[in-house]
Amino acid sequence: MNPFSSGTRLRDMIRAIRACKTAAEERAVVRKECASIRAAVSDNDNDYRHRNLAKLMFIHMLGYPTHFGQMECLKLIAAPGFPEKRIGYLGLMLLLDERQEVLMLVTNSLKQDLNHTNQYIVGLALCALGNICSAEMARDLAPEVERLLQFRDPNVRKKAALCSIRIVKKVPDLVENFVNPVASLLKEKHHGVLLTAMQLCADLCILSEEALEYFKKRCTEGLVKVLKDAVNSPYAPEYDISGIADPFLQIRLLRLLRILGHGDADASDCMNDVLAQVATKTESNKNAGNAILYECVETILSIEDSGGLRVLAINILGRFLSNRDNNIRYVALNMLMKAISVDGQAVQRHRATILECVKDSDASIRKRALELVYLLVNESNVKPLTKELIDYLEVSDQDFKGDLTARICSIVEKLSPDKLWYIDQMLKVLCEAGNYVKDEVWHALIVVITNASNLHGYTVRSLYRAIQTSVDQEAVVRVAVWCIGEYGDLLMNNTGMLDLEEPITVTESDAVDVIELAIKRHTSDLTTRAMCLIALLKLSSRFPSSSQRIKDIVTQSKGSLLLELQQRSIEFDSIIEKHQNLRAALVERMPVLDEATYSGRRSGSVPAAVSTSQGNALHLPNGVAKMADAPLLDLLDLSVDEPAAPNSSGGNFLQDLLGADISSSSSQSGKIQAQKSGTDVLLDLLSTGSAPAQNGSSTPDIFSISQDNKTSISALDSLSSPMVPPVQASPITGGSPMDLLDGFGPNPPVPKDNGPAHPPIVAFESSSLKIIFNFSKEPESPQTTLIEANFTNKSSEVYTDFIFQAAVPKFLQLHLEPASGNTLPSSSSGSITQKLRVTNNQHGKKSIMMRIRISYKLNGKDMLEEGQISNIPRDL
Amino acid sequence: MGIRFVLMVNKQGQTRLAQYYEYLTLEERRALEGEIVRKCLARNEQQCSFVEHRTYKIVYRRYASLFFLVGVDNEEVSRAHTFTIMCPNELAILEFIHLLVETMDRHFGNVCELDIMFHLEKAHFMLEEMVMNGCIVETSKANILAPIQLMDKAS
Repeated sequence: MNPFSSGTRLRDMIRAIRACKTAAEERAVVRKECASIRAAVSDNDNDYRHRNLAKLMFIHMLGYPTHFGQMECLKLIAAPGFPEKRIGYLGLMLLLDERQEVLMLVTNSLKQDLNHTNQYIVGLALCALGNICSAEMARDLAPEVERLLQFRDPNVRKKAALCSIRIVKKVPDLVENFVNPVASLLKEKHHGVLLTAMQLCADLCILSEEALEYFKKRCTEGLVKVLKDAVNSPYAPEYDISGIADPFLQIRLLRLLRILGHGDADASDCMNDVLAQVATKTESNKNAGNAILYECVETILSIEDSGGLRVLAINILGRFLSNRDNNIRYVALNMLMKAISVDGQAVQRHRATILECVKDSDASIRKRALELVYLLVNESNVKPLTKELIDYLEVSDQDFKGDLTARICSIVEKLSPDKLWYIDQMLKVLCEAGNYVKDEVWHALIVVITNASNLHGYTVRSLYRAIQTSVDQEAVVRVAVWCIGEYGDLLMNNTGMLDLEEPITVTESDAVDVIELAIKRHTSDLTTRAMCLIALLKLSSRFPSSSQRIKDIVTQSKGSLLLELQQRSIEFDSIIEKHQNLRAALVERMPVLDEATYSGRRSGSVPAAVSTSQGNALHLPNGVAKMADAPLLDLLDLSVDEPAAPNSSGGNFLQDLLGADISSSSSQSGKIQAQKSGTDVLLDLLSTGSAPAQNGSSTPDIFSISQDNKTSISALDSLSSPMVPPVQASPITGGSPMDLLDGFGPNPPVPKDNGPAHPPIVAFESSSLKIIFNFSKEPESPQTTLIEANFTNKSSEVYTDFIFQAAVPKFLQLHLEPASGNTLPSSSSGSITQKLRVTNNQHGKKSIMMRIRISYKLNGKDMLEEGQISNIPRDL
Repeated sequence: MGIRFVLMVNKQGQTRLAQYYEYLTLEERRALEGEIVRKCLARNEQQCSFVEHRTYKIVYRRYASLFFLVGVDNEEVSRAHTFTIMCPNELAILEFIHLLVETMDRHFGNVCELDIMFHLEKAHFMLEEMVMNGCIVETSKANILAPIQLMDKAS
């Protein structure tokens, strides 16, 4: 039975599979076949083993599991006959891989076959070993392979050479054993042996410095001579390809010479002549010739410089680039990328052609050309090149726009000569491909805009025009909305006109229209809508006459299903309605965003100077710690350690207000009252009925919006978020500031007088609820106080879903343990206890204080109580 | 030359021969073949024969209804002292594909899809004589076919 006549049943199976019309049919046929092969395997059927294996190979190729055939391969390999061995080895290479344990079982058969008297069987074993051997097998069988490098038949020697490559890659410490045999193989005439010996030589050079030095000295000349002979050889039909003598050999030679000549002037010198010969004599009208030229150019560019040769090489690339054949142009672009580092000037000369390639219809060529253009751009050509690329952006394929946009943005950011140009180019890109622009790119644009104070008017007007035409590009909308909110007033009166600008007439309601359109567009996502709301708030102050209309738009989001929008909308609405006198100060121009900080943050390193927020802030899960931007941070920084600066405007007023420095609290309170606008805003904000303590609204950070869409914007928001118990807050120390803060609260807390040290205190008491604190100290750490809070219900109704939350100033750290329950029985008949662990970093100087919030359900109705606890003895 | 796989695929995208020189699981192979075939078959005659896909560069050529695809390393192997050598010579791979087809032609006489299907093991034997462990072993058609012809004669 001859396995290569394929047996009718193999043909039958293939026919049956081919006849299948659906994947399901095919699966059924394969399943049936696999079942019968399995049966044959378990019957230990010898006659059809090879045929079964051939079938399995076919099934494997179709992508079905065939692991059950692995043992069959081993059995066939162990068989004495060549035909069985042959199919067995083939199956071994196809069905098995080096990771399978079964492979170990084959080591012995391989060893026997490597020593077989039949050279073909030796060849089979070498081939299998070369394709799949593992490190262990490599170690075991390396001596056999080394011996076979000197075998009488060249067909075995060539396979042994390739097998050695796998062996030295698996076990690099065997390298030195192969150096000498390779040196002698390199002197042979047989092309197959030469070809494989050179590949082995190259791999040895990569693996070992000594081998490289050895071959440089011993073999360079010989190889140069082989190449010379190949170039000048008379017609040799067996290796000839379209008139060129064995191109594969020549390519291999050039490749090895490249390794030997790299960084070695002597070796490079030795091969100069022959390289010049190859570069000039090889015909370039056939693919084989071009393949050699291509390799030759790379070798010339890699070895040590010898003037004339490089010119020759660049000229060849120029010829390639203007070739009609796309394959040739592709490799030319590929190689020009390498040539840039060698001779940038020469590559620049081809700029126009390369730019054309960016617009090619072939995606592979476009991709290469774009990467090349990216490397070609410098200060002197950035303007024309960017213009070309942006012009092309308009007409490019959708699937290319992503790459192209990223590259243009990167070029513009890296090389823009001035801000005006930068802003112009970015606007163009945003208009054309705003949906492909990454977030950090438009963030950076906004940072640049805030820094270019003389261009604010120009920018906002350009954006106003841009958003009219490119409303479908998300990034344009966002940047435009931000800028219109920020600089909307500059739209009206054409402030800061540039010479090149045409004046436009925009009314206040036009500007509001734009925002309204953006917020109502159904494709706008949360970030865009949130930005719109903030812009509207800003505009309500910039355009007092449109205030009512803006309020109406803001109100529409009150019903939004997105919590963030709903909450902002409610907050902003109350600002617009109730606090007009404060609004202007609240939505003053954003402080200039620091470019250095931002770019530093983009590259992943926040400069230490701006990370003033320490302690609790770092643990906040809402991104406050991340947005360590100096100006914004000041606004949100609740540091109490810093001395309050009463008359500072902007950033510090919050600090003044929230800084609960007891020692200065009395004097501060006076200042707070004196300080009209800034502080009052926050006081009101902090006590606006059911939504307490929102200050983030006044300092929206566009970066944090996009970073954490889901979380709230500001630090203090966490006060109202039940998910986050340990937060920092603004404890107030009694007296007038507290009255101010709680004036609007539904349940004004009743602060207690300072009680005596250590005995339990009534921390909080209202008509419905009483909280008692029991204190204990850990002797080893005086800073830490353990508080056991005891809640009792004074009313006659049961409270359910009882949640206690507390917030402390920065000098404290608070850890809340889980409560003992969440249902509080009526009429003080039971209690809930909850442990708090407070660490006071200012122990002895400041006393523990906290702001608390208790929520519960009374007959299914949500109830909320709040208050401050400041009556904790100072020695705790 | 860093050949990672050789594929023969018909116009419909069905694999007719697959030989990998690195380990991929069955699922990875199926996914890879699907992606590559989709990418290559969508291209037209004028476009170049090279497609970059993940870490591979695919060099392909079409003969009648059969596509020959060869995957090579797209990433260059560079050493600490910065010489790069293993970047593929795409044109040479193209030439190699042609040599493979010519070799099969010489054996089967105008090779077609069915020849490869019904003589899958022979196609593999030829490939085995030409490529081993991702490197080209032999470029002489006579040398490649000698063992196969010997086998035919013996049977």
